[in-house]
Amino acid sequence: MQDFSIVEISKALAKKEFSSVELTQHYLDRINTHDSQLNSFITVTDELALEQAKAADERIRKGESGVLLGVPYAHKDIFCTSGVKTSCGSRMLDNFTAPYNANVTDLLNQAGAVMLGKTNMDEFAMGSSNETSFYGSVKNPWDTAYVPGGSSGGSASAVAARLAPIATGTDTGGSIRQPAALCGITGIKPSYGRVSRYGMIAFASSLDQGGSFARSSEDAAQLLQAIAGFDLRDSTSIDRPVPNFSADLDKPLKGLKIGLPKEYFAEGLDAEVEKVVQTAIKEYENLGAKVIEISLPNSKLSVPVYYVVAPAECSSNLSRYDGVRYGHRCKDPVNLDDLYFRSRGEGFGKEVKRRIMIGTYALSAGYYDAYYLKAQQIRRLISDDFTQAFKEVDVIMSPTSPSAAFKIGEKSDDPVTMYLSDIYTIAVNLAGLPGMSIPAGFVNSLPVGLQIIGSYWGEAQLLNVAHQFQQATDWHKQKPKGY
Amino acid sequence: MSSLDNETVEKIAKLARLAINKEDASVYAEQLNGILQLVEQMDAVDTKGVLPMAHPQDLKQRLREDKVAESDQRQSFQKIAPKVEAGLYLVPKVIE
Repeated sequence: MQDFSIVEISKALAKKEFSSVELTQHYLDRINTHDSQLNSFITVTDELALEQAKAADERIRKGESGVLLGVPYAHKDIFCTSGVKTSCGSRMLDNFTAPYNANVTDLLNQAGAVMLGKTNMDEFAMGSSNETSFYGSVKNPWDTAYVPGGSSGGSASAVAARLAPIATGTDTGGSIRQPAALCGITGIKPSYGRVSRYGMIAFASSLDQGGSFARSSEDAAQLLQAIAGFDLRDSTSIDRPVPNFSADLDKPLKGLKIGLPKEYFAEGLDAEVEKVVQTAIKEYENLGAKVIEISLPNSKLSVPVYYVVAPAECSSNLSRYDGVRYGHRCKDPVNLDDLYFRSRGEGFGKEVKRRIMIGTYALSAGYYDAYYLKAQQIRRLISDDFTQAFKEVDVIMSPTSPSAAFKIGEKSDDPVTMYLSDIYTIAVNLAGLPGMSIPAGFVNSLPVGLQIIGSYWGEAQLLNVAHQFQQATDWHKQKPKGY
Repeated sequence: MSSLDNETVEKIAKLARLAINKEDASVYAEQLNGILQLVEQMDAVDTKGVLPMAHPQDLKQRLREDKVAESDQRQSFQKIAPKVEAGLYLVPKVIE
């Protein structure tokens, strides 16, 4: 049952081969059996899931249909869920029960999807390994000594281990694509503004974007379809029609122009990962695509720019946690300052503190121009590089991550080394473009991801390009032993 | 750009209202300096005349009609607050 695709599940539910309650119970049992090793969930919502499954079965019985109706999913614990703990992986929100739903949660409820639980993540989505979570690190199901990537590591690990058929994620600098790559699954971050950020706990508002995880591009398209669309409650949501993301899946790739940025195949890339990615690109040539070398000359600046822009926005966003209205409050504060200092000091972990401090410094008097303004100017140059490239090519391909998964603990003491693991994903967020990662092979039995970058609003094309590869190969069908 | 010493780290932490242990200040200083060193690569770029990009879509703020759109949810918001009394959020005494 756990190997069924969304489309297969949906057909089986309609034909009453099994009920949503049976399917949901099956997944809850799997979580119960396997998640003590993986730690991919912070909260498992058994009772609510079975209630939602029952309601979905009722809707199906009444003749309603819908591709996610009765389909279980795992929800990243960054999305507010009314009445359910929403921790964002932080001690600060360990006691926080969201008073309302995120737009994404509302849309999934309307679609009749069944929430299995809330998945583990790096604290406030700040991390690339899931080691910064207050709830402990998540393990990679391909080898539990390794990280699943981050920040949406719980969602990626759960889908890879077949503890959920699909999962939500968010991506600020690679937090969907990098864990998808490291866990051997498919993940898509749409164009900035495509998925509403309402009720999605903010980290860096000009970069954060929700998206989907699945085992195949076909399934990722279905989940993205359900959560995409304009929302008045998000001031940066784009009022633009959402196309049918599945309509073009079967389009042949003959004549597709693929750009390979030379800067993404340079120093720092693991040689074995490069081999896997080059083999995948050969496969695209077999499918009729044309490969063109391109240049994104400012791409090496994307990590430095990101580590000004993201911390600056984070220091501002996270100033709302004051121990007054919700979240952690220290014991017996002697005065207002003591309340702020200790509540925040105790509530935030080290990585979050580092980023708040970098952001505070970059925005402080006398440094604003040198850091924040400069970073925003280079952000424009990075974005212009892509605009230039897309005059020549339809999509851009690269490795998702410079290496396969690394060991738990390997990079956790060195922030800068950790930051460099997002070197190929960050520029996409700075420019606001859609990006995807699909399984392309293995290095030492650990999965390797191929990143596909599209131009603005090109999600349907990305999903098509990914789907055609998955029709010709079976990397996305490989699964970790024991699951 | 300058390098941060422990004192500056403590000053930044104060601006950000973060309690940090004195003995952690030097660790933070080292790590923050590492990050700032990475960021310094920006200095080599000539950005004269480049328009800053605050946002991927260069959006303008959307305006809406000035009428009530949200309902009063004070009770559900107060329910999750650490300390409330008579519909008010409680903080330690500010004025003696």
